[in-house]
Amino acid sequence: MNDHTNGALNADLNGAGHARKYWYPVAMVGELDPGQTRQTQLLETELILTGSGSSIEVTADGNTLAVQQAFDHWWVTLSDEPLPLFSIPEASEAGRRLVPCGVVRVACSPLRAVENFLDIAHFPFVHTDVLGAEPHTEVYKYDVKIDEKNDEVIASNIRFYQPQAAKSAEGGIETEYIYRVPAPMVSVLYKTCPQKADAMDVIALFVQPLDEETCNVWPWMALYDDTSTMADLIQFQQLIFLQDRSILENQIPRKLPIDPGLEIPTRADQTSVSYRRWLKKRGAWYGALENT
Amino acid sequence: MPFTLYNYVLSGNCYKVRLLASLLNVSYESVSVDFHPGQAHKSEPLLQLNPAGTLPILVTEDGIVLTETQAMLVWLAQHHDPDNTWWPMNNNQLGNSQLSDGQQTALILQWLGFASRLSATIGELRLHSMLNKAIDVAAAQRGSKIALRELESHLTEQRIKGCSWLTGAKPTVADIACFPYTALSPDAGIEHDDYPAIRSWLHALRSLQGFVTMPGIYELHELRNPDAPIPVKHSTELAPGHPPGVTQ
Repeated sequence: MNDHTNGALNADLNGAGHARKYWYPVAMVGELDPGQTRQTQLLETELILTGSGSSIEVTADGNTLAVQQAFDHWWVTLSDEPLPLFSIPEASEAGRRLVPCGVVRVACSPLRAVENFLDIAHFPFVHTDVLGAEPHTEVYKYDVKIDEKNDEVIASNIRFYQPQAAKSAEGGIETEYIYRVPAPMVSVLYKTCPQKADAMDVIALFVQPLDEETCNVWPWMALYDDTSTMADLIQFQQLIFLQDRSILENQIPRKLPIDPGLEIPTRADQTSVSYRRWLKKRGAWYGALENT
Repeated sequence: MPFTLYNYVLSGNCYKVRLLASLLNVSYESVSVDFHPGQAHKSEPLLQLNPAGTLPILVTEDGIVLTETQAMLVWLAQHHDPDNTWWPMNNNQLGNSQLSDGQQTALILQWLGFASRLSATIGELRLHSMLNKAIDVAAAQRGSKIALRELESHLTEQRIKGCSWLTGAKPTVADIACFPYTALSPDAGIEHDDYPAIRSWLHALRSLQGFVTMPGIYELHELRNPDAPIPVKHSTELAPGHPPGVTQ
């Protein structure tokens, strides 16, 4: 927490104070049996998780933290006055299969994990023959805006050719994407559902920042797919995300530069540019490269 | 289908079987097992098949159950390699005249054993780095580096002898067995920069006809289109007196 006695000068130099205002996933629902404990970390704070009935208890330095259940995960905050958790209305739509995919640790800034998720241009090169294929590499013009009401980044009208857009896809289709960034370390994407013409599949990335350069990533999906097994759905998502992981761990600098001028974007990076501006505007410096 | 593979997409050991099957152009039935987060490999139906609770499991169409990856590679090669080079029965098949057939087989078996060391070191370290598996990290790091140095040194000696592969002039099941966890060591935080002979060997394997990828092991993009015309260098057409590579 901010040390009130030091005043504004020392407050929140690396954005940790800002980051503490949010909720973060620490476990899947049902993962811990009653009495079972596990250690984890959040924003450099050691946490102890203990299964308790159908819930979990989370402590840091002996203090019990606020916990809430959402989207098949347990969410925790280090703040006494946290911001409300974002919503994903589709999570409660009848007929969707909710698929928590487990946790993957990545040695990268939590912000880089989110930014990579927002990027289309790498699909043909990193997710070759699945989410993209040469020569279909062009990212067509799309729209990005800040939704003032909910204060979210929204990218829409994105179209991209995909050889196998989802586990349920049979052959290549042109896929439409919409992205939301409802919190600095969360991204939710909506994409054409191969099995249901009028609906979109939902795939989210919930990021648990361990420190500024390491994170746990909890992918989660809400899909219309009546045919694939749960194991197939999870492995399809893990295939994609683990292809990203080795790229993310090689990005330099490790922290995300959010000041303009440190990296030169192209038009395809419009979402990323808006995301970085949005982070900067709200003081979300945790995991970002300091302005030097 | 000649066999069923109980499979997990992120497992380097499952990938060995997928890779050799693809190189030999053998189709098979794949059953996805929810290793993470579901721990389905430790569930009752799979424990009945494999009491060790490990993946992959290979069940042949005539009902043999194989639970050791290296044995699966030998089974695949013996049954589906018409040229008998992946599990060679004599040295003529491998172009390795300085070894007797018995020595050749023993060396392949030795590298199959070495592959288990790679799984126990780099493989475990990778599971720790990616999926938070609790292990003795320092011991795994030490073991990984010792194994990689040994492999690097051997591959360097092989190159001096004019061989690109672990046991001769052609790849065998030994190369397949040692390839995945070596290639995946960056997933565990061990880069390949210090191991030039290993890098060449990984490159050679990735250039084989029928090579398939897994997360963390990528295609050679420069080889993606074998039909594309090779760029022609025109330096030989320059007039005498011009240094090579300089055009006007």
